[in-house]
Amino acid sequence: MTLKILYFARLKESFGRAEEDFDFEGGTVAELTAALAARGGAWAEELAPGRVFRVAVNQELAPPSTPLAAGDEVAIFPPVTGG
Amino acid sequence: MERFTVAVQTAPFDAGAELARLSADPAVGALVSFTGQVRDYGDSDGVVALELEHYPGMTEKALAAIVDDARARWPLSAATVIHRVGRLALGDAIVLVVVAAGHRRDAFAAAEYLMDYLKTRAPFWKKEIGHDGSARWVEAKASDEAAADRWAGEEA
Repeated sequence: MTLKILYFARLKESFGRAEEDFDFEGGTVAELTAALAARGGAWAEELAPGRVFRVAVNQELAPPSTPLAAGDEVAIFPPVTGG
Repeated sequence: MERFTVAVQTAPFDAGAELARLSADPAVGALVSFTGQVRDYGDSDGVVALELEHYPGMTEKALAAIVDDARARWPLSAATVIHRVGRLALGDAIVLVVVAAGHRRDAFAAAEYLMDYLKTRAPFWKKEIGHDGSARWVEAKASDEAAADRWAGEEA
């Protein structure tokens, strides 16, 4: 299935892209971030186990166990720092 | 009048106008406002500007959800949250929260709650710009998470 993935702030700069369409044959947020980390380099570094990042699915914060469906908008970003 | 509003914008806001707008209700006995502005130190010293990034779409939803949560906890007459994005210079206002209620305790508590949750749940990110042109993403603070967490399980 194809997911739309968005990146923000430091992760957008580290990965050198703001968004992409990603073909994904897994089921959950945790499996998606593991698949992205397998690209190596900055992906492996930023998405390594123990690194702190947040994921939103269809614009709602989502824990790693959240299931994904075709067409979902998934955003990956650092902890927020507004206010 | 829209009694509960959120806005994300690059333009400056007029805090006095928002206070006046929310005060125009005979049931309002208390108005509390908070303004956050760009200061010259943060994770680094000598900050001359901030660049504020956000997640269009999710940001507005997250702010509206935080306002709904506050309304469920306290009897509020009105509230507004305005958060600016883009490049902001030293001394520029970043965020405005105004809460109107019948009584001051509800207004103070709700305003603090809105800021605590905004800082930990709304998808904004700050980058500090130094006088030498250096740029550095601000790190999230454990103290902000603790401030939001203290509301959990506490009755209004």
